[in-house]
Amino acid sequence: MTMQEHEAVALDTAAVPSEAAIARPLGLWLDRRRLLIGAAVIAGLMAPLVVANFTIFQLTMVMIYGLAILGLNLLTGFNGQFSLGHSAFYGIGAYTAAILMSGSAELSYYWTLPCAGAVCFVVGILLGLPALRLQGLYLALATFALAVALPQLLKSHVLEGLTGGVQGIVIDKPDPPLGLPINADQWLYYFTLAVLLVMFAAAAGLVRSRTGRAIMAIRDHPIAASAMGINTARYKTLTFGVSALYTGVAGALGAIVVQFVAPDSFSFLLSVNFLVGLIVGGIGSIPGSLFGGVFVLFVPNIAEKVSTGLSGAVYGIILLLLIFLMPSGAAGFVRRTAAWLARLRHTSTRGGA
Amino acid sequence: MMLEVRGLCAFYGQSQALHGLDFALAEGGIVTLLGANGAGKTTTLRALCGMVRMTGEVRFDGKPITGRATEDIVRLGIAHVPEARGTFVRMTVEENLRLGAMTRRDHSAIAADLDEVYSVFPRLRERRKQQAGTLSGGEQQMLAVGRGLMLRPRMMLLDEPSFGLAPLIVAELFGILRRLNRERQVAMLIVEQNAALALDLAEEAYLLETGRIVMAGPAQEIAKDEAVRRSYLGY
Amino acid sequence: MEQLLQQVVAGLATGAIYATMALAVVMVYQAIDHLNFAQGELATFSTFLAWQMIEWGWSYWAAFAMTVAISFVIGIAIDRVLFRPVRNAPILSQLVAFIALFSILNSSDGEIWNFTIKTFPTPFGTKPLFGSGLISTHQAGMVAVTLVMLALLYLFFRGSRLGLAMRAAAANPEAARLVGIRVGWMIALGWGLSTAIGAVAGMLIAPIVFLDPNMMLGVLLYGFAGAVLGGLSSPGGAVFGGFAVGIIENLAGTFIPFVGQELKLTVALIVIVAVLMVRPAGIFGQVAVSRV
Repeated sequence: MTMQEHEAVALDTAAVPSEAAIARPLGLWLDRRRLLIGAAVIAGLMAPLVVANFTIFQLTMVMIYGLAILGLNLLTGFNGQFSLGHSAFYGIGAYTAAILMSGSAELSYYWTLPCAGAVCFVVGILLGLPALRLQGLYLALATFALAVALPQLLKSHVLEGLTGGVQGIVIDKPDPPLGLPINADQWLYYFTLAVLLVMFAAAAGLVRSRTGRAIMAIRDHPIAASAMGINTARYKTLTFGVSALYTGVAGALGAIVVQFVAPDSFSFLLSVNFLVGLIVGGIGSIPGSLFGGVFVLFVPNIAEKVSTGLSGAVYGIILLLLIFLMPSGAAGFVRRTAAWLARLRHTSTRGGA
Repeated sequence: MMLEVRGLCAFYGQSQALHGLDFALAEGGIVTLLGANGAGKTTTLRALCGMVRMTGEVRFDGKPITGRATEDIVRLGIAHVPEARGTFVRMTVEENLRLGAMTRRDHSAIAADLDEVYSVFPRLRERRKQQAGTLSGGEQQMLAVGRGLMLRPRMMLLDEPSFGLAPLIVAELFGILRRLNRERQVAMLIVEQNAALALDLAEEAYLLETGRIVMAGPAQEIAKDEAVRRSYLGY
Repeated sequence: MEQLLQQVVAGLATGAIYATMALAVVMVYQAIDHLNFAQGELATFSTFLAWQMIEWGWSYWAAFAMTVAISFVIGIAIDRVLFRPVRNAPILSQLVAFIALFSILNSSDGEIWNFTIKTFPTPFGTKPLFGSGLISTHQAGMVAVTLVMLALLYLFFRGSRLGLAMRAAAANPEAARLVGIRVGWMIALGWGLSTAIGAVAGMLIAPIVFLDPNMMLGVLLYGFAGAVLGGLSSPGGAVFGGFAVGIIENLAGTFIPFVGQELKLTVALIVIVAVLMVRPAGIFGQVAVSRV
């Protein structure tokens, strides 16, 4: 394709955007965007004070899934490395937290987050190195192998002493600190929210930085990127590590909130869920990851309510509808609508003169 | 007129690449489209075959072909030899040629045509069982033209046939094209950057600049026009 | 030594299942450049159809033939209705379409035919082959059918015009259009063939693992593994890969002490990943050289 064709196609099809492509049609929106985020944060702060405990639990899980999906997004959405194995990182993070909290260490829950993050970061790097040699489908298979292996390893006799085997590990729910006038569920919600905000902000910062641009360049034009002197191997491995870190921290939070870890919760199906959440939310969109979390938590429930026997079929149909209506995910849909509105405004002012 | 084009516009996404082209190709004639890089020459050929979004009127044998699918347009007897040659690299030379005849049903005639292509391009016969991807640039170009011929086309669209080829090979190829045009009445629309070569072969020439035709006329006149040569053709 | 031989042959027998599945996977991959994650579910659905026909009194081979034919049509229909509209969407979005299909089929199977395990007949009988303890007649039949299918497909793709057209459409769709090939229909045909092959795989596997909606879950994974090991561009490689996975899995489970039944799949997958590290395109796959 000529440069002309290439650029035009990139603008129009709203494929995974670089930062510039986001800024252009949304130029008018940037201030509005900050307002929206502010409003969302305020709503988020108020929510647990007005809803029932179970709903608070669900909202906390939404944030946790959103964080996990953000991890996957960093690797697949921003760096173009396909992963079917993120359930393993989630599981490793969860088990790290559980083991540290229940075993002889008896670590406080908040320390388990950095530990889980560190462990998963290392595992991610270790996996990222051989992953350099595998592309696309082959990488998918390798990560898939990881996802399938983890539950089996967790259940096996070899590691039973540490992992509790098939039974899993039970954790106590942490109490709110300093005697604050909220219950444990509400505290965990705020704790998760704080972690979420920090990590989402960090991710946004990363994406906007030079490193972020290098990571995205590798996704879009790997050969050109390395020809320009970007150390592709280093960035790809690093991204694997960071991605694993994010999902691992989410896993640790998940363990604390659910108070229980067991091997079968971290199966390949969880990886598929993350992937679906990523795509539905919008690849390469940070806020989209949160929407993905909403989807992953609530839609299967909705499907069940529609029809218990055919819940899977209903879920599938909802997925198909979403893909037909929003091929680039929720974020893509928002972007296109914004661009369309901007064009309308542009042509109407033009036509007026 | 075999091919009549009126008001041809082509679009890549939101940007417009061709702005209302008018040209025609007579039965058995040779027309060349010239211009610098990015002028829209390849886009024109792609638009004719329905490979890019286009508007306007395109008639082949008097019947409109605007909006039809590429494979249907090809089936009307239009062979397009694309810029990148479109070689099926993992298939043999012979398979590539047979693919050219995919839409034909007359099996014995196909076999005879295959033989003819080999006689026109003896180098291809030597390499008939070889993987097409292992052929040199010139040979792949000959393969692409040969494949086009297997269609028994009434019209051939050739996109920069001289590209990347050594001068001797190019001369050979263009000699073959001239022969084909004379002996089989195959009309040709040739897009070229090598203006001298194209103007030598063609009867009519059109000059493209950023998606518009800026000059049209008999090839010999355009070739003689000093001002045109210097500003548009670079020599 | 006797045990080794026994395990290898047993591995070959289970490998035949994986090989057939791998073949179907590669068929679709050649047509559409994607792995069809719903392949297993389609095969299960087809097998249920066959089971139903037999329940209604049809003879085995009549049901078999009818199922293959219906599956072929279903495959074409799914491509035309479901996947054609999303062909231009990002790859990951198409993946969601596969997941959706998987979900719908799995759930529907359960709803229509419920989750109790059913037996499925075999035309080959279940006696030990030639009286030896190595494999049963059914398992031998499975291997034979897989190899016959492979031979037929080879003849089709190398020797027929339609086969050539399909290969061209998969290799270079744009160039294929320029020779008049209707690429969209070639893809649909690839889907039809693949679904039909999947149906055969399902009907061969069901007598051994028994028929229920989740029958194919494990098998599909092995099928993918086998296809990738052998090389996604090579149907013969896929079959080889499928057999190899069966053997590796069995040998690992039997001879490596801590593996046992639990970690068989893990080990098989690790081996495959290790092979891919050395030969990223699979053992028989053709490395696509991309020119910069």
